[in-house]
Amino acid sequence: MSDFIEILSNQSFWVAVLRIATPLILGTLGVLLCERAGVLNLGIEGIMVAGAFVGWLVVYAGAPLWVGVAAAAGVGAMFGLLHALLTVGLALSQHVSGLGVTLLATSLSYFGYRVSFPKVTTPPTITPFAAMDWIALPVLAQQTALTLLALLLVPALAYLLYRTPLGLAVRMVGENPQAAEGQGVSVAATRTLAIVAGSALMGVAGSFLTLSAFNAFFFNMVNGRGWICVALVVFASWRPGKALLGALLFAFFDALQLRLQQSGDGALPYQIYLMLPYVLSIVALVVVARKATYPQALMKPYRKGER
Amino acid sequence: MMLEKRAAASAWAMLLAPIGALVFTLLVSALLVLWAGAPVGRTYSLLAQGAFGSVFAISETLTRAIPLMLTGLAATVAFKARLFNIGAEGQLYAGALAAVAVGGLHGGSGFDLPLPLLFVLMMLAAAAAGALLLLGPALLKVRLGVDEVVTTLLLNFIVLLLVSLMLDGPMKDPTAMGWPQSVALVGELELSKLIPQTRVHSGLLWACALAIGLWALLKYTVLGFDIRAVGANPRAAVFAGVPVTRTVVLVALLSGALAGLAGAIEVAGRTSYVTLDMSPGYGYSGIVIAMLAALHPLGVIAASVFVAGVLVGADSMSRAIGVPTYIADVIVAASLLAVLVATLLTQYRVRWK
Repeated sequence: MSDFIEILSNQSFWVAVLRIATPLILGTLGVLLCERAGVLNLGIEGIMVAGAFVGWLVVYAGAPLWVGVAAAAGVGAMFGLLHALLTVGLALSQHVSGLGVTLLATSLSYFGYRVSFPKVTTPPTITPFAAMDWIALPVLAQQTALTLLALLLVPALAYLLYRTPLGLAVRMVGENPQAAEGQGVSVAATRTLAIVAGSALMGVAGSFLTLSAFNAFFFNMVNGRGWICVALVVFASWRPGKALLGALLFAFFDALQLRLQQSGDGALPYQIYLMLPYVLSIVALVVVARKATYPQALMKPYRKGER
Repeated sequence: MMLEKRAAASAWAMLLAPIGALVFTLLVSALLVLWAGAPVGRTYSLLAQGAFGSVFAISETLTRAIPLMLTGLAATVAFKARLFNIGAEGQLYAGALAAVAVGGLHGGSGFDLPLPLLFVLMMLAAAAAGALLLLGPALLKVRLGVDEVVTTLLLNFIVLLLVSLMLDGPMKDPTAMGWPQSVALVGELELSKLIPQTRVHSGLLWACALAIGLWALLKYTVLGFDIRAVGANPRAAVFAGVPVTRTVVLVALLSGALAGLAGAIEVAGRTSYVTLDMSPGYGYSGIVIAMLAALHPLGVIAASVFVAGVLVGADSMSRAIGVPTYIADVIVAASLLAVLVATLLTQYRVRWK
């Protein structure tokens, strides 16, 4: 127990929590935006890989860090457009299309990395984002600007969804596309826009890994974070505020298991600690399942004129 | 852009769809080959030779196709009933662990059973392990409405960590010099080779038999009818008196068992012990194969040989000419998306307005 208090009273622990949470916040907001418009986007895992790779590659080639972030958003948007074309334009299965996008984005990134750096043993590095020393808040000052961006995007997305006509349109096409069409809202255009924007966020989430958390691109560096985001959106009942809470909670347990691993006396195998966040994600899904209010049209392809 | 249902798919469209998808895939990957600075024609010919150019190449392709066929069948039966089992990867490892637990840990002596019985027990344990692993998410889906996509995905990570734990501890091979690998199966439990001096084993016959069995089950049995009904329209299935919950649970057991068997057959036929990298994503590729086969169990046989050929051919091509092997995954992903689009276009007509 004293271990526990010692870990929690350490400032560096909370710095780690916020750092682990950042890509999850960005990714979860991305998934949330897609799903609010009625489209599941399992492309996230691959889009994060592509964002991490392209963002890093652009910076490695000499561009400023923010150009790298923009490039990651751009490549995310491109894969989002592909997913939208398949799931909205052609009304294909959202599960399968998303997994296809993940496979395509991941393999293209790995291929691109190997073509660009055929014979490297140690990954080439860049200078990542610096900490925001100019902020007077203790934990936040040790984060990078991308974390601040992620935190600011939470209220921004909430405002967009609940206070603007565009947000209303997004929620309408996710709840009842027939009715939305009846009100003169273009289901196809709104859904496409939401998927493209959401996927851009996923790309930025990936770029955080290479441009802020680390300074190089590794294979398997996304390692299921995308899938965690898909779970977090359910946990958050599709609300941006709760998505932030969920991401922080997950990051809390992830950081905690890392510390416990280090301070543990070896009584438990380290794999048990590593399992903890995944197990808790499933438990969280089960707990909220009863009152989860899915967007009514989620995963239902909409074909105009067909019921 | 609007979709308009075709009255009937024309014979031309049915013929052109797969050809169009193939041409599209080859064009996309040709761009990547050019990016890597290699000659396109030679790359493709090396890839084809590496996959099907010799008895050895064919045997390697078939060896790789065996686990893919089984995970492809696992995805097929699940997706048929709209149970989106993305957890075949974890179920495969669970099956592999169970197989070694029965057929390896005790050196064959712990159970003191005749070998044929031990073999049957090993396979049953693997099937049960995979089935039970999917039973949880399936029950959560039908009882509490928890989305099975997320739970099965997350379970993959948990199972892989469990494998890592077992390889460090209870199932560690003490003679492996620190390599994380499990104890080996009793030699007599291993599957026989189909062609001498190659790695292709009798698991291929098992997988094909299971494909035919699944096809017959879906086509001729009441359960098969129920599965198709639930997949086509769950609400209509309820009205028609189909026991939806029971069907979904049975499908989960079947799908998980098939994926578990994939793990056991890999261990018994190829690796003889469990390692953390024994499956380079066979569970995920199974989904691609099921979709390429349009969820037809017999199509899974062909689709898994195709995907295995691409993977094996790319390995051999990459050694010869240096184009990264990841091109195999790009080809598989592009062909999946292309086939989906092509199939849709045989059923629908796109109207631009």
